[in-house]
This record gives sequence, C-alpha cells and structure tokens, in this order.
Amino acid sequence: MQRILSLGATMRNYRLWFSMLALLSTPIYAENSTATVTAKVPSVSEKMLANGFKVLVKEDHRAPIAVVQVWYRIGTSYEHEGITGLSHALEHMMFKGTKARKSGEFEVVLSRIGAENNAFTSQDFTAYYEVLAAQHVETALELESDRMRNLVLDKEEFKKEIEVVKEERRMRTDDNPNAVMREQFNAVAYLNNPYRSPVIGWMEDLDNMNLDDLKDWYRKWYAPNNATLVVAGDVDPEKIFALAEKYFGKYQSVALPEVKPRTEIPQIGLREIVIKAPAKVERILMGFKTPGFISAKQGKVEPWEPYALDVLANILDGGSSARFAKHLVRGKEVAAGASAGFMAYGRMPEMFIVSGVPATGVSLADLRKALLNEIEVMKTTLVTPEELERVKAQVLAAEIYQRDSVQHIATTIGALESTGLGWPLMEAYQDEILAITAEQVQQVAKKYLNEDQMTVARLAPQSLSAGEKK
Amino acid sequence: MRYLQKAVSALLLVGLLAGSSVVLASPKIEHWISSSGLRVYYVGIDDLPMLDMNLSFDAGSARDGKQSGVANLTLSMLDKGAAGMSADQLAEVFESVGANFYTDVSRDSANIGLRTITLDKPFKVAVDNWLAVIKAPEFPEADFVRLKKRMKVGFEAAKQSPSRLAGKAFYKHLYGDHPYATPVNGFEQTVEALSIADLKAFYQRYIVEDNAMLSIVGAVSREQAEVLANRVSEVLPAGKKPQAIPEVQPLTEAKTVHIPFPSSQAHILMGQPGYKRGDLDYFKLYLANHPFGGSGFTSRLMKEVRVKRGLSYSVYSYFSASREKGPFVMGLQTKLEQVEEAKAVLNDLLGRYLKEGATAEEFEESKLNITGGFPMNIAGNSNIGNYVDMIGFYGLPLNYLERFTDEINRVTPEQAKLAMQRRINPDALLTVIVGGEPPETKSMSEADGEVKKGQ
Repeated sequence: MQRILSLGATMRNYRLWFSMLALLSTPIYAENSTATVTAKVPSVSEKMLANGFKVLVKEDHRAPIAVVQVWYRIGTSYEHEGITGLSHALEHMMFKGTKARKSGEFEVVLSRIGAENNAFTSQDFTAYYEVLAAQHVETALELESDRMRNLVLDKEEFKKEIEVVKEERRMRTDDNPNAVMREQFNAVAYLNNPYRSPVIGWMEDLDNMNLDDLKDWYRKWYAPNNATLVVAGDVDPEKIFALAEKYFGKYQSVALPEVKPRTEIPQIGLREIVIKAPAKVERILMGFKTPGFISAKQGKVEPWEPYALDVLANILDGGSSARFAKHLVRGKEVAAGASAGFMAYGRMPEMFIVSGVPATGVSLADLRKALLNEIEVMKTTLVTPEELERVKAQVLAAEIYQRDSVQHIATTIGALESTGLGWPLMEAYQDEILAITAEQVQQVAKKYLNEDQMTVARLAPQSLSAGEKK
Repeated sequence: MRYLQKAVSALLLVGLLAGSSVVLASPKIEHWISSSGLRVYYVGIDDLPMLDMNLSFDAGSARDGKQSGVANLTLSMLDKGAAGMSADQLAEVFESVGANFYTDVSRDSANIGLRTITLDKPFKVAVDNWLAVIKAPEFPEADFVRLKKRMKVGFEAAKQSPSRLAGKAFYKHLYGDHPYATPVNGFEQTVEALSIADLKAFYQRYIVEDNAMLSIVGAVSREQAEVLANRVSEVLPAGKKPQAIPEVQPLTEAKTVHIPFPSSQAHILMGQPGYKRGDLDYFKLYLANHPFGGSGFTSRLMKEVRVKRGLSYSVYSYFSASREKGPFVMGLQTKLEQVEEAKAVLNDLLGRYLKEGATAEEFEESKLNITGGFPMNIAGNSNIGNYVDMIGFYGLPLNYLERFTDEINRVTPEQAKLAMQRRINPDALLTVIVGGEPPETKSMSEADGEVKKGQ
C-alpha cells in the first residue's frame, strides 16, 4: 500500500484509458447470449451542493462494497517552475493529522474497519480514496470531510516526509533510465505548458520546498467548490447525497485562484534529445502534438478527431494482431518491443506517443525508420475493414471486462470530471469509436503525425560500472 | 523486480484471503473430476456476460531442471503457431472477437488462460481456438529464434534495474540448489542452449491431464461448464503427474550479498525461507506478519522506517506461500548514505518483534483489518478467479475462504509470537543489497560482480 503517484506511465496510459472509458452502454451484438446480457447500466446519479461540491454516485450492487473517492482539481499542471511537486508533496502530508485527529489516527480508524485507503496525484488532479464494506461509507466521508479543511501541517512531520518523497523520486525516476528519459522528453516537448514538469517534482524544488508553500497550496485549492466526490458500489444515491450534505455541505465555497491558460505554443520543427544514463538497452521515444478530447469539447477540432486518433493508436498497437507487433516485432523483426499510445484525457492537449526497443543487432536508426514508416503508411493507405472490426470488437469486449472492477469505474468517472471532460464521455465513448471510418483515421494521421510536430528522445546507454550517482 | 513481483502478487493473494466475522456469502465453488481424470473447479457468476478459464499445470520453473527457462519458453511459444495457424493468424482469431489468450509461468505453475465474452459467436470462436492451441502447438523454428533474441534484450534490461538485480540475487542465495533458486525466465546461457526438441519434450511431459487443474469462472451454467471441461479433457493426453519437488532447506548462517550498482539508492532485501501452502503455522504466521510489515501504513516497519525516520518510501515484510516454502522478506530502498542505518533498524525491529510479539492493540487491529477487508477481496470475477485457481492448484479445502476468518480469529497472540520465533531465525538472515559499493572493496568492484561476506 503506497501513496502512489500517477505518473504518465500509469494513469495516462492510453490503453488503461482505452479500456477505462469503454465501460458502459449496451453491446451491439444482435445475437443470443449463452448468458443473460445485462441491460444498459444505469448512468451516474449527480448532485451539486449549494457550496459547489459535486457528488457523483454509480450504483453497482454485485457485492456489498463501496469505493469512496474525493478528487481535487489540483496537480502539477497548476504549479509553476520552482514549486514543482508541491501538489504531490501535499498529498503525502494529507495523512498527517487534522485539528481533531493526530497523525496516523486516520489510518488506524480505517484499518479497523478493514478499509484500504491511499491517494494519487497526476498532472491535473489529486485524489484520495477508501475501498470498504458498503456499511462503512459514512466513516470514509467523515474522515475525508475533516481533512478537506482542517489539516494540520506540522514542521517536524514535513521535514521527515519530504525525505520520503525524495526517496520516492530516487526509486521511481533517478535510478530508472527509462523514467529519466520520459521526464526529460516531456520537458523538451512542452515549452510553455506545465505538462513539461514531472508530477513528483524536480529534485531541487523538493530540496527547497517549505511548509509555507504547502500551507498556501492547501488553503487555495482544498475547497468544496474545487472537489468532486465519487461513490461507487452497493449504495443508494439519495443516502449518499444526504451524507455529502451532512459532511461537506457545511463548508463555505472559496474564491479559487485564476488559472492562466498556458496553452502550448505551436511546434514549428523537430526537437531531438539524447539521454546518456547508466543502462543496457537502447530505446527511442517519439511524440507528436495532437488535440485531446478537451480540444473537441471546446470546439477547437472536429468532435470525431480524438476518437480517430484513439482508433489509430489501436491499429498500430492494440494487441498482438496490431501492426507494430505484426510488422515490426514479427515480420521485419526490427523491434524487441514497440508501442503507440494516444494521450488525450488531460485538461489540456497532449501527444500521440510512439516508442520502441530495437531487436538485437538492429540499430536505433533503423528502428526509427521502421516506426515512422508505419506512420507514413497510415497516411497513404486506408486501414482495412478487418482491422477496424478488430478494434471495435476489442472495445465492445473491454466494455464488459472493465465493469468487473468498481474501483476502475469510480476512477474513470472522477478523472473525467476533474479534467473538465465530464463523466458522460464514458458513456458516449463506445458509440463514438464504433462510428469511426477508415477515411477519418487517415485524415488524422495526415493532419497530426508530422515531423514538425515531433519530439524525439533516444536513450544512449552508458556503462553501469561508472561509480555512484550523485 | 520480476521475480519478487511474482512473490508480491502471491502475497497480495494471501492478503486477499481475509475472512470475516460478518456473515457473508462466499463464492460457491463446485468441484468435480472429469471421467478421464481432469480436476475441475467452477463458479457460476452471471452478473456480466464474460468467462475466465484457466488451465494450470504443475509445470512452473521448478520443473526446469538444468534447462533453466524451459517452462517459460515452452508456454511463450504456444501463441506463435498452432493447429495450422501462424502467430499472426492466432493473434487475429482471438483479438477479432475481443478475447484474451494468455500464458503465464511462475515457479510452481504453468498456466494457459482465456478471457472471453459469452455472446454466442465470439464465445465459440474463442473457445474453439483456445482448445486448438492446447491440442496442437507447433513451436515454429523462426518464432523460436526470434523469441530467444527478444529474451536476450530482456536479460539486458534486467541488468539496468537495481530492484530486479536484488530480487534475482535474493532467490539465488535463499534457495541455493533448490529449484526455486533460478529465475522463471532462466539465464542467458541456458535459454540460448534450448532447442525446439527441448520445448516439445517439456510440453509432452508436463502439459498433461494428470498434472492439470481447470478453473471455470463466469457466465456459464454447470452443464455448460461440464461440457467445456470435457472438451479440455479431450485435447489433453492423460500423462503422468511428476514427483513432488524437494523441500526447502533452512539457512544456517547469516549471509550478506552486496552488488555494486551506479544508483542513488540501495535496494535492501532481508529474509529467509518462510511457509508453504497448507503449512500448519500458516494462519499464525500470516497474522503475525500483518502488524509487523504487512498492514501498510499501520505496520511497525512503516511507522518506524518511513514515518519516524523518513528512510524509505516503501518498506514492507511478507510471507509468500508456494508449493514448498516461499520466502519471508523484508524490503526497503534508501539513499546510499543511509544503508547501514536502515539495515540496523530492520534487524533491530525484527529482533524486538520476535522477542516481544505484537502488542494486544496491534494484534486486535490486525484481526479487525483482515476480517473487515473480506468483502472487498471476493468482489468481482477476477478476484474470485484468483482464489479458485489457488484453491484448485494447491488442493486446499473448498471451504477455505469461509474457514479463513475463523482460523484467523482463533489464533492467540502467544501462538502467533511462538510461531514467528519457531520459524524465523534472526541469526541466519540473508541480506541482499544492490547499489553503491561494499565498503571494503570500493577500489576493486566489477560491474556485475557480487561481493559476499559472512556477518
């Protein structure tokens, strides 16, 4: 049980999202099932309290359990240079006691009812959760309500906890060449957009972070009108609304700071970096600037474009029958591994990412050529009906598999809500994907997957016997 | 840390086995043996139109013998060619109906699994082809050569990860010449030496009905499950169950292994052989470890190492159960300057815990946590499937889940303490450190060399 940090690699993994978002609505197969096909799952119950606190409830009565999540619209993309990692450090400190409860008490209360609890931070949000027997939901709400406004930020606790965060950084990033590469890749791909900073923060910013920074951040952002409560599981929406009113309705809404747009300036040419780190295996990472689902929502691109890009990612890398596996790992045998992912669920647009590890005896340059060639083919030749059908069949099946996890559904709802995309996207997703045509896939490939929009990072392995790292 | 991750997932499974004082319906597991002798475990759940089938064999890497990696490679080759279909065609047939075909190998077991939706047409395509693969794998030469080359890249990648190096060294030194000592993936040299004939021989010897267990979890009726089981029986040769793997010998003296690595942190693992499935001390040890290092933020290790001293982000201890004794492990990561301090703290905490046991409060809290967490752990097809596989594979009683609560509640603080004392010898701990350089050999260490010393 860790206070996990949802870096790009996890929460922003498109495949996770791909399946996460394919959760609901009716399977379109017009045939008989060997089992009862569950009817259309009821949508989410929604209520806004007078103070701006939003409550979303997803009923699932398969098991007597519930997931409680409180989502705050605060993360790395709200930070500026010099204070990177502040949202994540504050997340760690949220377990250190309130005016009413001393440090550690929170966990003891939850542990005694068998609850699992933790939190995660991403570029756009910070979320806290409890997974517990449904009859204990009120306990979780009471505890979450308490730490929304009554946190005690103690100097001594912070002194130790920031060292824990630094150890977390060393473990996740500093001693992992692939993570170092991804971190520096982001910093180069984005120039003026806050997605350039790591969620965990630069080490120097952690070294210089102080308690006043955290107090200021907490006071500004941990407010009912900057939060969403998601409860999923064996619960009654009306009862949850009443409990939410009881525990969160009492707080005043606060004036939130103005969030400047910080829209990434248009990229006007290839960017390329080399990462030299102690390692054994070469690797290439390429990113193309693309619109996100938010761009479609804001009317900046055609509404189908993000879905077409999602289909495109799956044509290239949606399994063992997709093109990267078929042509590059098998076929030409130029890659030991290759992947494609469309990062598109942020509150701002992100990238279409392609990466690969060369097969033994193949140069990184040749792998790069092969990867780019697959992208070129997408622009010149329409994908086959079989490929489109395969992607759609996978979407339909994933929709069913993902319903197996209540946590998964709650997390999808919360994340969509916290990035401004809104939870209904979850329900619209499947139909939108099913409507995508081969021509649309080709159009987005032509429009966005171009060299001028591209950032490339190459990992150049250095000797592993070269002494200690600073 | 692939190898330890395996252990960790085993741990998670153990963690999920919590019982409850709340009366709660556990999944109803039905068990039968097919007419030709296949052991079948079935749970019917029709909430979602999906089905999981898993065929497990006592054919994990513990069966590799001198051909380390052969179990893993054999299973990895199944989807590369079978029943007249190429790797491309096999990928296509499953994915075009949204099904997942998978294979997985651990130290104990080799698994061939399928997840599919149960709508008629895709269900039929998925099941037919799953059976076809099991019946007639072809082990094509070109795919075999490619897979070996890809594995080479994997071996190289493992060398750049301090956590994976630590896990590998830990198993090696913990198990000596026991089959659990070797990695599931094997070694570069042993994998290189394998031939198609070796894989075919392994498949013929171990992927047989007498050595198998089938689990069926999801939206099919008992009758449908029986038909499915019979179809599986038909594609498996009868074969013969192999002899039991040897018992694990205890460590007799303390040993420290330090692997130099250019990292900012050192990864520390300490431990001993722990318990096995069906162990008489199983419930006592499971409960005893919980307040020490198994309960997350309320554990002693977390409080002392992370909260009080800020030494590590992650710190834990667990027993991992397997056919024979899995490891008892304590682990953390800390910056190089703090290695000695962290090691001393771990040793000291373990020594004290062995002597004193848990406090009455810690003990009660752990019981409440384990029993109260029960409903979450049997929620959903995936969770239920994992239990059924474990119960079936290790031949645990069908009422294992219901019984777990009572077994936990029955353990007294004294029993838990005595079990830990009986099973953990603080004077014979294995310590593995990856990162920095061992103090006395700073000038002469090699990149991949290990330095050992008595303690």
